[in-house]
Amino acid sequence: MKTQNQKAWLFVLPVLLLVAFNALIPIMTVVNYSVQETFGNNLFFWEGMGWFEKLLHSDRFYSALGRQFFFTGMILAIEVPLGIIIALSMPKQGFWVPVCLVTMALPMLIPWNVVGAMWNIFTLPDIGLLGYFMNHVLGVSYDMTQNPTAAWATIIVMDVWHWTSLVVLLSYAGLVSIPDAYYQAAKIDGASNWAVFRFIQIPKMKNVLTIAILLRFMDSFNIYTEPFVLTGGGPGNSTTLLSIDLVKIALGQFDLGPAAAMSLIYFAITLLVSWVFYTLMMKDD
Amino acid sequence: MAKITLSKLRHSYYPNPSTPEDYALKEIDLDWQDGGAYALLGPSGCGKSTLLNIISGLLMPSEGAVLFDDKDVTALPPDKRNIAQVFQFPVIYDTMTAFDNLAFPLRNRGVDEASVTKRVNEIAQMLELTDMLHNRAAGLSPDNKQKISMGRGLVREDVNVVMFDEPLTVIDPHLKWKLRSKLKELHQKVRATMIYVTHDQTEALTFADQVVVMQDGEIVQTGTPVELFERPAHTFVGHFIGSPGMNVLPCEVRDGGAFLNGTNIALEGDIKCQPGGLTEIGIRPEFVTFGDTGLQAVVRKVSDIGRHNVVEAMAGDLKIRAIVESQPPEKGAAVHLNFQQDQTRLYRDGWVVLSEGGQNT
Repeated sequence: MKTQNQKAWLFVLPVLLLVAFNALIPIMTVVNYSVQETFGNNLFFWEGMGWFEKLLHSDRFYSALGRQFFFTGMILAIEVPLGIIIALSMPKQGFWVPVCLVTMALPMLIPWNVVGAMWNIFTLPDIGLLGYFMNHVLGVSYDMTQNPTAAWATIIVMDVWHWTSLVVLLSYAGLVSIPDAYYQAAKIDGASNWAVFRFIQIPKMKNVLTIAILLRFMDSFNIYTEPFVLTGGGPGNSTTLLSIDLVKIALGQFDLGPAAAMSLIYFAITLLVSWVFYTLMMKDD
Repeated sequence: MAKITLSKLRHSYYPNPSTPEDYALKEIDLDWQDGGAYALLGPSGCGKSTLLNIISGLLMPSEGAVLFDDKDVTALPPDKRNIAQVFQFPVIYDTMTAFDNLAFPLRNRGVDEASVTKRVNEIAQMLELTDMLHNRAAGLSPDNKQKISMGRGLVREDVNVVMFDEPLTVIDPHLKWKLRSKLKELHQKVRATMIYVTHDQTEALTFADQVVVMQDGEIVQTGTPVELFERPAHTFVGHFIGSPGMNVLPCEVRDGGAFLNGTNIALEGDIKCQPGGLTEIGIRPEFVTFGDTGLQAVVRKVSDIGRHNVVEAMAGDLKIRAIVESQPPEKGAAVHLNFQQDQTRLYRDGWVVLSEGGQNT
């Protein structure tokens, strides 16, 4: 017999309150802005789906979105394989394990805006270590403020420097949890190193890699501080990612309605991609 | 298939072993005949897995040699030795189907696809895996996964030896029995040398024709299950095999006889050993009976374990167990214990003492 006890709801209430204050209410205010127009003085006019329609027909939005996907795609394509390769080449035991782990973790401990500032100084053409080296030793013209390619290369390398460690640490955790018997069985079965990687290491790392890719996707798709401090979205609009564009609209132009509509679409894309990816990865389990 | 010889094998996990205690294996000399079913039995930490890994080539012994058909393979890696090993936990390749798992060792060795299919189907038939050959291996139950691990060992026809490292650890009790008889059946069919490592006496005794009992890195006794049961060479084997184990009773040896609490106990033969050392009488509970005369004792506990009763009696401070098929004596009753003479052994410092009239040495 099923016992009816409505008291259970009471126990869920604190979580509900917490979620309400840190997610639902802030999002609802954004939803509120997204369907209205305001000219300040707390005056609001109903706008309906107007901002959404305008946004979905604006080239500016699509080019920012394109840049955003390009950025995320690039850093995932570099960080995931690189992270796996580094994790595979790390020692499994002994003195060097903690040394490697701590060294790996260091970049992740640095605050985002400090990373941006560091790389900004690092790449200054005349006094930065990298900038000076490129321009005056190698003789390659390298100036982030002038050249879009240089700006792109720099924000991608910076992100790789900052976040590859996350993939490394997660992959490494997955690797060391594989019991020795698997490697021994593979040896006895005459498996090549590639087969060991393909049929043992990758499947056993699948779960941690899924989490790593998901985290890197969300973080890089929503990235703001680092490229903002480094390039400010320039030169021109060449590195204006979705988040940078959003802040320009919201705080620069003070168009709260369009900015709110853009936030919601931005959020929906992040959520959708994450959900599709996670569902696809987990469908075999 | 091959005969396997272990010659003066010693192994230590320390780089510079000095005392005998540093050795996980102390001087092993052993022959495994071609096509035999062997069990390596011993408690955890006795060195049986170390020995197994040395035979398979996963571990290089500190000293001594491993010979397959008199050819020294000590330095060869596992894939060059043509051996197979089944591990404690089922090792399967998660992303492959059951079929691909079984085919994996063959494909790695460049066998053509037609022969692979034929051989895999044969093995699957033997292991009753045919129905699930095209399922993903990750989704199978633990016993089927373990069957796939076994299958990967058996699928190569030229395999020298198949080794099982406590393969039933994660299998449900009611399936253990089934898999065990399956293994025995497989051995009769494929006739490969098989070595079965376990700490479970039932598994060892039901599987093997020859059981090797190990303790502290040494081989204590090698023999058929019957030999191990009837005439343990060492009190350790007496304790370890049998349920309950052998009664080992410290005794006094004088005037050519053995005495327990002053009562002379008839042994299987004459004592032929130097005096001194720790002498003990060993008698299996199965061969202890109650009579009107004999060693005086008081019944302390009677446990009904189903088919028979285990009676625990105290003769002074000696605890003696007896297995009784019929009506057992009451708790607290004063009884006289008789030991069946031809099953009463004498041990000196743990080892059985040679005596005239014994069936073997």
